[in-house]
Amino acid sequence: MIILPSIALLAIFVYGFIGQTLKVSLTDWGREAALALHPEISYVGLKNYHELFTGFLNMRFRQDLANMFFFTLAFVGLSLFVGLVLATLIDQLVWGETFFRTVFLYPMSLSLVVTGTVWRWLLQPRGGINVLPTLVGLPAGEFLWLSSREQSLVFDWSHILYYICIIVLVVMAFMAYGHHRRGERQQFRTKAVISAILMGILVIGVAGGITLLDYPEEHGFNKAIWGVVMAAVWQMSGYTMALYLAGLRTISDELREAARVDGAGKFQIYRYVDLPLLKPITVSAVVILGHIALKIFDLIFAMAGPDHVPTSVPAITMFLKTFRGNELAVGSSIGIILLILVSLLIIPYLANSFKTGEQ
Amino acid sequence: MKISRWLRFAIVCAAMVFVFASVAQAAVSGKLEIFSWWAGDEGPALEALIDKYEKMYPGVNVVNSTVTGGAGVHAKAVLKTRLLGGDPPDTFQVHAGQELIGTWVVADRMEDLTKLYEQEGWHNVFPADLVKLLSTDKGIWSVPVNIHRSNVMFFIPDNLSKWGIGVPATWEEFLKIAPDLKAKGVIPLSVAENWTQTHLWESVALSVLGPDKWEKLWNGELSWKSPEVIKAWEMFGDILEYTNADASSLSWQQATDMVVKGQAAFNIMGDWAAGYMTTTLKLKPGTGFGWAASPGTNGIFMMLSDSFGLPVGCPNRENAIAWLKMLGSRDGQDAFNPLKGSISARTDSDLSKYDAYLQSAANDWRSNKIVGSLAHGVTANERFMNDFATVMEIFLQTKNAKAAANAAEAVAIQAGIGR
Repeated sequence: MIILPSIALLAIFVYGFIGQTLKVSLTDWGREAALALHPEISYVGLKNYHELFTGFLNMRFRQDLANMFFFTLAFVGLSLFVGLVLATLIDQLVWGETFFRTVFLYPMSLSLVVTGTVWRWLLQPRGGINVLPTLVGLPAGEFLWLSSREQSLVFDWSHILYYICIIVLVVMAFMAYGHHRRGERQQFRTKAVISAILMGILVIGVAGGITLLDYPEEHGFNKAIWGVVMAAVWQMSGYTMALYLAGLRTISDELREAARVDGAGKFQIYRYVDLPLLKPITVSAVVILGHIALKIFDLIFAMAGPDHVPTSVPAITMFLKTFRGNELAVGSSIGIILLILVSLLIIPYLANSFKTGEQ
Repeated sequence: MKISRWLRFAIVCAAMVFVFASVAQAAVSGKLEIFSWWAGDEGPALEALIDKYEKMYPGVNVVNSTVTGGAGVHAKAVLKTRLLGGDPPDTFQVHAGQELIGTWVVADRMEDLTKLYEQEGWHNVFPADLVKLLSTDKGIWSVPVNIHRSNVMFFIPDNLSKWGIGVPATWEEFLKIAPDLKAKGVIPLSVAENWTQTHLWESVALSVLGPDKWEKLWNGELSWKSPEVIKAWEMFGDILEYTNADASSLSWQQATDMVVKGQAAFNIMGDWAAGYMTTTLKLKPGTGFGWAASPGTNGIFMMLSDSFGLPVGCPNRENAIAWLKMLGSRDGQDAFNPLKGSISARTDSDLSKYDAYLQSAANDWRSNKIVGSLAHGVTANERFMNDFATVMEIFLQTKNAKAAANAAEAVAIQAGIGR
């Protein structure tokens, strides 16, 4: 009874509106007179989604997806790495631990818009970071942090399905190998079958020359993203540091003691005792940072503005399509795609933690 | 007992005062909510208008709802949710032209102001070209408060004579002097973030197409894939060769600063840049900085304007009409514009209230051919403008004039340009 009101509110304001968004995304709301009192809206099925992934004019959305993918990889990877290094160093400190902990955790208390504005200034091509080298007599940096148009890792969007196939295939094969090594025959067999099916699809697709678009469209890792990654890592690595630090503290000294008795050195203890025990923390951190990265909007909006495609992400395009271009249906479709991507990350994690909770 | 009698008397008095006060207020009539994105630098100009209104109608309580930031991006989003939710403000700021018509007029959310125009005699004082841009065949939809000019080229006269160059009258001339400037280590033309590139594009396209074809582009008579438009994109690409590489991380002020500091020779910007140089940088118009119509557009005034309209179903309609009447009046316009750094839309404004730059702009306003700006919402609806930013990105990424023209054509069809 006590939780009933909150369930009701949740049902309306979260799930009700998700349903509403899904419904809108299947319509063509956004043609002329979109904002009339009773706009003409008709059902068009999955047309908006089809347009987003293959339509000529939605090239921007696809570059957004690529940006988001590379941003997520770089941001999560670097945050984990920096956080782990900081936590390890602070763990070794004899004094001043509270001080440094506060210093590194402090950026997290700022709003992303503030971070974005400050870093926008720091990353000005003619100031901030680029003039730092001149302090020690070196020539000023030339890198256009947020406005570079260079790309690396360029790929052809019309082959995107193959790339996804290959990534899943590699992951599956890797997991299958793990099961095989641990002698889990049942799981090994499932993974091996999935891998084989993917391989089959891949061979058929490539042999048949099936592509998503009938012209090549290149997207890649925009170097301008590095600026945003730097700001985001600066903000969030303190958080991973705190997580890891808490993790390191829960490892009982008896384990380390036992390792020491067995003749392990300091580095070996770190490598074979501490790091494996931090794995669950890494998983939680990946999920938390990952969903922040997928939904990122304010940081980029403040750093690079709305119309800067080299650093744009789907959330920004969603906002512009909906509230500036009046294409409400297309905006809803992008929203649903984002929701699916975030659920791909979170649902396995939740399912897993429920399972372990029951055990 | 004495005390309680006094108390009763006091209560009765208080009640009577209260009743009278509320009756009096109702008689002079309540509220006027003005929705805009004018805060910060533009705040004082709006305050001047509100002061004037409150003096004229002392009984009306003016509610100034501003949503700041992002050249109105946020304000427009808030406005849309408010109108969709059935809670319109009494009047709201909107770029005059298709940005209003394509979003709100086609949605039947605005009232026709033709009667007001006739009643106030505005047809005689607003240029006919302007009224045409504010109207559809069903009516006139907003009252312009100010006029800005988009096609202006700024420079520092002393720097030009130092480098031994004149002001180019055409883009061909510009392309001739640009390599020399580049060799001297001067950036021939400074540009800034995405929208300023669209801003530059419209000046270039206007010079290549001329005013008649520019208008035909927007009423659907000229295809985006026509050779003239492709030529405009090519010319734009040639010009971009002589601009700064860090453009997209700069604000428009920083692009102006480059000219002022002598790092760049020219900058194409709307005439708010004149206000910035006069007020913020304390330069004297004419000697401190110079201006000309952007190359190839002499005698053409590419305008943009902030305007206010009358939303259907606004709660205080009479007050809003009084506000619009004041905005269109000579006094109202001359109170607002010198502070805003723009000119009056009326051809009978009092020029002595304006500085040297604005006087020159006002003279051009009265004599030039008037066309509308794309980058600032006059000629195209919001959907086109939103996707044109993507077209611009396609061009900047690929430098392919044909690809950009094809994309623009597709956007124009989807957005229903000229329909």
